[in-house]
Amino acid sequence: MAAIFQGVGAAAALSSSPSNSFDSKKFVFSPCRSFSVRKGASFAVVRSDGRVNLNPKGRRAQQLISNAVATKSDNAAASSSSKPGHELLLFEALQEGLEEEMERDPRVCVMGEDVGHYGGSYKVTKGLAKKFGDLRVLDTPIAENSFTGMGIGAAMTGLRPVVEGMNMGFLLLAFNQISNNCGMLHYTSGGQFTIPIVIRGPGGVGRQLGAEHSQRLESYFQSIPGIQMVACSTPYNAKGLMKAAIRSENPVIFFEHVLLYNLKERIPDEDYICNLEEAEMVRPGEHVTILTYSRMRYHVMQAAKTLVNKGYDPEVIDIRSLKPFDLYTIGNSVKKTHRVLIVEECMRTGGIGASLIAAITENFNDYLDAPIMCLSSQDVPTPYAGTLEEVTVVQPAQIVTAVEQLCQ
Amino acid sequence: MALSHLAASASRSSSLLKPLSSALSLRRSISGDNSPLTVETSVPFTSHQCEAPSRSVETNPKELLTFFRDMALMRRMEIAADSLYKAKLIRGFCHLYDGQEAVAVGMEAAITKKDCIITAYRDHCTFVSRGGTLLEVFAELMGRQAGCSKGKGGSMHFYKKDSNFYGGHGIVGAQVPLGCGLAFAQKYSKDETVTFALYGDGAANQGQLFEALNISALWDLPAILVCENNHYGMGTAEWRAAKSPAYYKRGDYVPGLKVDGMDALAVKQACKFAKEHALKNGPIILEMDTYRYHGHSMSDPGSTYRTRDEISGVRQERDPIERIRKLILSHDLATEKELKDVEKEVRKEESPMPEPSELFTNVYAKGLGVESFGADRKEVRATLP
Repeated sequence: MAAIFQGVGAAAALSSSPSNSFDSKKFVFSPCRSFSVRKGASFAVVRSDGRVNLNPKGRRAQQLISNAVATKSDNAAASSSSKPGHELLLFEALQEGLEEEMERDPRVCVMGEDVGHYGGSYKVTKGLAKKFGDLRVLDTPIAENSFTGMGIGAAMTGLRPVVEGMNMGFLLLAFNQISNNCGMLHYTSGGQFTIPIVIRGPGGVGRQLGAEHSQRLESYFQSIPGIQMVACSTPYNAKGLMKAAIRSENPVIFFEHVLLYNLKERIPDEDYICNLEEAEMVRPGEHVTILTYSRMRYHVMQAAKTLVNKGYDPEVIDIRSLKPFDLYTIGNSVKKTHRVLIVEECMRTGGIGASLIAAITENFNDYLDAPIMCLSSQDVPTPYAGTLEEVTVVQPAQIVTAVEQLCQ
Repeated sequence: MALSHLAASASRSSSLLKPLSSALSLRRSISGDNSPLTVETSVPFTSHQCEAPSRSVETNPKELLTFFRDMALMRRMEIAADSLYKAKLIRGFCHLYDGQEAVAVGMEAAITKKDCIITAYRDHCTFVSRGGTLLEVFAELMGRQAGCSKGKGGSMHFYKKDSNFYGGHGIVGAQVPLGCGLAFAQKYSKDETVTFALYGDGAANQGQLFEALNISALWDLPAILVCENNHYGMGTAEWRAAKSPAYYKRGDYVPGLKVDGMDALAVKQACKFAKEHALKNGPIILEMDTYRYHGHSMSDPGSTYRTRDEISGVRQERDPIERIRKLILSHDLATEKELKDVEKEVRKEESPMPEPSELFTNVYAKGLGVESFGADRKEVRATLP
């Protein structure tokens, strides 16, 4: 799968509409070279030989895959017009997935705060209310506990609601519904009811959003029996996982990340879904297995560039499925490399990394040459101040140091 | 602000505001003037399950001028925060209070610093009215150590313990049970003080509010729940979120009062009334009918769900600062020029903070680890012998 990462200019030019409640310009997947961005330039492409190509408006230049995640050397010498698929941003990919599923199945409905007329605070549900009407795209009052419960109740009868938490952190108010009803009803009813609900929303540490809006709920939800959890990280897997989640008969909690909504990628035109339980091989390698998900994937890939320059060959796996873990892919990788580094955004105590360490140790202890290392966020409420916040989260430099330590 | 309307409106002011007694016929220096003045509120109070207080409010020129100054300060502060946000010196979320200043100012005039106030994330002005300084506000907004929460809280987490301001909360509605808890502690220690728990029309639909209200009524707590109804919960208008937008009535068995939140004197009267009521009879709900000029937060333009005409209409007719200005002028308490001077002074104080590099130090140091973050051990390691 080829992916193209655009620079700041593109994100700025393309997401200039005012209702984008997140400051799109601030997410930067910074390639190792910095390039100047002209105001109004459509986008800049960093070529694999290091030259920077600033595009004049309207003309698509050669799209060279310059990222470190390419699994095959796909030299796209052809111009983009003959390339299959279409380019879009991650939130648009989510919207496409939602829209296609709503068209395909009339039982799919969306409920959440400001999802309808306002278009969604991250624009994931933009245009859906106009297309599908007020009964299928429901603006709820600010009452998370109730409307999540109502979504679960509706799902018990066969409807397939997609419940949006405006920020994942708000779903803490609905914890009882998610844990006791969403997770357990299939079991306690002896299989009579299935809960085909999708609970989605942005979470994770953003840019100085404050402690209560920077939560990583995957660590709190992972213990709930009966639910599935997935985390998307690229437009391709966002759309694929969204569609799979909606089609799944199990309740799925779908984790998006506040800072990833403006990632751009070219995705196929045809209908496709991603396997909910499968991990994604981002970069095959030999020396060390780096397990990650969501935003940390990009920090890892940034570190991978430095590591490659230093002579290491990391294998990067985006685990995607947070519950259950794809131990098959992970196990094969551990068998190959014998060293594991986990990079996550959860806190060290009780996070996804902690569970992953336990799972790998229990299953693959014989293959490990060194103790598993886990880099997580600090066990603190996320501070507002920018520098403090940066230190709270894992940075690429720390990943490089960790790999070097691991590979001694 | 509608300065241009001043000349036209000054002549109309006498018809808008009917002073029952005008204590002054001559202009005089008002800096220390405490002579009583009685003014009528703009609209009568509407009550639910209780007797509404009188429309005539006791005040004095000094208080009126303080109101004017404070509200002008708050207005300028919020506008300055707006520009700082756009200049990316303030990051994350920033919810502005301009248009709603009368609620903060009027409430403060009716109570003491021993009474507690707790509110949600639109807290900059409430913090200032509780005694916070501009330095603390802007330093916190910019993430500096001099901020009221040492830069760790941000816009939504302003607190001031010594003047009983309990924040500053990001999750909608979560502060109301906290507020009832404050009231419980006050009753427990027999302080004869009350708690004002502020929330918005969006939060009024939260279940925890009704739970807390039920318990407060059961236990007779001195809790005053104040709904700052600015008619929009984020992007959703009140009629689309609430079956019954009469928030003062939604306490059902708890008495309620509807107040014009753009009239600082009405707010003051209502809060005074509420405090007396709460100390004797338990919880009461106040609904402040107010309006915010900005969008919900800085990332919301505020125009996708309401028209610009509506916003400018409210600004022209109900702006709280204008109202006080007209009142002052109609009573000849100050000249136009004096008021403009006050505003200029306020503007100077407000000029955006420069980048004070001495305020900004990298707080993260290993020794400070536990203290800066305040929560947990940084690492847990056990070495076995």
